[in-house]
Amino acid sequence: MQVKEFKPLIVAFCCNWCSYAGADLAGNNRLNYPAEVKIIRVPCSCRVNPMFILRAFQRGADGVILCGCHPGDCHYTSGNYYTRRRMAMLFSMLDFLGIERERTRVEWVSAAEGAKFSAVMTDFAATVKALGENKRLEDLRCKK
Amino acid sequence: MRKCSLDALQALFAHVNASMALYLPVDGSDGKAVYQKWSEGARWSHALNTVRSPKDFFFPQTEDLMKFKTAGKSIEIVDVRNAAEDFVIFGVRACDVKSFEILDRVFLTDPVDSFYASRREHGTIVSVACTRPSETCFCGTFGIDAASPAGDVSCWKTETELFWQANTPKGEAFLQLIAPLTEECGNEAVQAQQEKTAAVMKKLPLAELKADAFGGGKTKEFFDRPEWSELSQACLGCGTCTFVCPTCQCYDIKDFNTGNGVIRFRCWDSCMYSEFTKMAHGNSRLSQKERFRQRFMHKLVYYPENNDGLFSCVGCGRCLSKCPISMNIVKVMKKLGGE
Amino acid sequence: MQKVSQQQLIDKAVSLLADGTVSCVLGWTKGEFDYDITPALFTDEASLRQGFVWNDFCGANFSKYLVAKTRKCEGKILVFLKPCDTYSFNQLLTEHRFDREKVYAVGIPCEGMADIDKVKAICGDGISSIDCNGEKMAVQTIYEDAPVQVDASSVLAERCINCKSKKHVAYDELMGDEGDVIDSARFDEVAKLEAMTPDERFTFWQNELSRCIRCNACRDACPACTCEVCVFNNPKSGVENKSPANSFEEKMFHIIRAFHVAGRCTDCGECSRVCPQNIPLHLLNRKFIKDMNECYGEYQAGAEVGSRAPLVNYTTDDLEPGEVFNGRDSDA
Repeated sequence: MQVKEFKPLIVAFCCNWCSYAGADLAGNNRLNYPAEVKIIRVPCSCRVNPMFILRAFQRGADGVILCGCHPGDCHYTSGNYYTRRRMAMLFSMLDFLGIERERTRVEWVSAAEGAKFSAVMTDFAATVKALGENKRLEDLRCKK
Repeated sequence: MRKCSLDALQALFAHVNASMALYLPVDGSDGKAVYQKWSEGARWSHALNTVRSPKDFFFPQTEDLMKFKTAGKSIEIVDVRNAAEDFVIFGVRACDVKSFEILDRVFLTDPVDSFYASRREHGTIVSVACTRPSETCFCGTFGIDAASPAGDVSCWKTETELFWQANTPKGEAFLQLIAPLTEECGNEAVQAQQEKTAAVMKKLPLAELKADAFGGGKTKEFFDRPEWSELSQACLGCGTCTFVCPTCQCYDIKDFNTGNGVIRFRCWDSCMYSEFTKMAHGNSRLSQKERFRQRFMHKLVYYPENNDGLFSCVGCGRCLSKCPISMNIVKVMKKLGGE
Repeated sequence: MQKVSQQQLIDKAVSLLADGTVSCVLGWTKGEFDYDITPALFTDEASLRQGFVWNDFCGANFSKYLVAKTRKCEGKILVFLKPCDTYSFNQLLTEHRFDREKVYAVGIPCEGMADIDKVKAICGDGISSIDCNGEKMAVQTIYEDAPVQVDASSVLAERCINCKSKKHVAYDELMGDEGDVIDSARFDEVAKLEAMTPDERFTFWQNELSRCIRCNACRDACPACTCEVCVFNNPKSGVENKSPANSFEEKMFHIIRAFHVAGRCTDCGECSRVCPQNIPLHLLNRKFIKDMNECYGEYQAGAEVGSRAPLVNYTTDDLEPGEVFNGRDSDA
């Protein structure tokens, strides 16, 4: 009997100005990143409220990564600074509830860093794959 | 009447559980009693009652009604009902037993709620008489005798023994099931206990509370009473009273989008919430005063009006002990009932 | 026993009403038993003398009521504030939730509030009266001939055992001392959980949160939760789940509830007090407070009006989200 290979579903929230453009550049440069990564474009990483992350897990994500401009480079001056604090607190709380800390990540990727985007996604996908299915923040109703 | 020793209770529970699921109040991790499925080693709680009422057994907080699956332009409707299995709820108090009658009148009248009816049909209720009521108890106000609980089987617990008496055919069948572990006996011990309990009931702080002032046909008398403003002014609008109440039966039916289909489910709703019965035009009850009034008018006036004078409160006292701001039906009755 | 007596508070309220300083009084009114106390608005001397109470069971935090009551009342409202209530009071002012001019705040000292469940654990059920005026609390039940004498300190609510401050940070007038901030052990329980393995923590919270019945009492009693329409009540939000259908929804609700008040929560403990299922919700709030103190410097919400909470602030050299775990246990 063949064991079906686990393919994680990864949601990547990318800010419009840096990281989304970084993903574009990765594509233009024909750099690969795992097909399991589904990108959601947001105006700023700061747009992502904790509910987005929880709901991504609810709808079946096994890992959620949030990408924004490097600190200091935010298109709106300070959005990513707020993101940094919020996500630090949220991730710590998820860990406090016993949810694997490797399932969530924040990375700063600029519009010029196509290679970094590809590397980050490849690494994150591998990490999540190693963790296996998201069991601790799953909503059974949403399973296919 | 039959009896068994309290020491033999674990063996009896095991015997029952072998043929049907047995639920009983056990002490939860927070030290409060909660209904749980019996398993080896589970001990019957000494607590007077559970925080959550046993209405969950017949009317669970959430239940799926159906599922929709879409494929192309067709919608498939999936029936999610499982064949209900027989089960026993042991240790139900007199007040909670009465609450099932109140729920029955809502769910078993035409159109019959088949989800509720199926569980009701498969459930056997084993009640236990109270011996140490709490100050928050006022079941007597609604004509309930805590020392003679109804149910399919009634039980009385003494220091060393448990007495069993069947009240219905379902109860007879249950006593048949446990016959090998119980013995025939007289009812002297039970009578003695009932007398003792009756004396305790008289000492309760709420023993004199009467509901006579309320009842069907009194909507006009109570609806516009000025006291409602004062009574409701501290209400936070949370749903604690309605969710711990054994007789509150309002629910909402909602669709949950799973991303690959839709689940239509039902869940408890609370008239204390601002989005209760929200329709296209908004909410019909705009302020907390109106929502608060609705809850008590329903229990004390509207329900009796439609149900031969039966009040929709059983005096279990859960709302008295759980309301965050200690506003409850007793205070409402005393204020409006002209005491 | 409380330092300021019920009679002193009534006299104070009556005199402030009489000289026209205030037009109504937000206070506690007695119930059927000596412990089921309800917040109420008094407008005349007779009702104050008849119904106003102040004892070891006056736990309700009045600050939140001011949001609704100041909109309704003509004139000033007199409110008696325990030290912990004053922090919520300031926090609400910081968020412009009520008009300071419409409130006359009298700070009253607090010796800690009793938890009726703890009283019942000692004295049993069937309480017919509780007298808090003596050195010890005298609890009479219908099952005993004589009252049981209980040490008030043995029945203190959790939040009062771990009281963070007996200092009044907002008042127009004080009865008694201003009080001091206390060096409390309130984060010990959080630290204990942090020291567990993720699996143990997961089991712990799964078990605690599974009792949630989504009555929303924690939210509705919370002085920091003052949104006019909560996201969980908004049918358009997609998360308006009226009941915890499964363990995901339990977690989502409690994470979001705690997150939304993070940085604004004064640790008044109302959430845990009102929870009918005894879920230790304050631990979630304290976890956020502890983390923010450790990562962004000590901060006490409500200590002063107008302070900027850590989550609506930043520095350019804050630690990265991944670094929040640095130096912690290497259990994951």
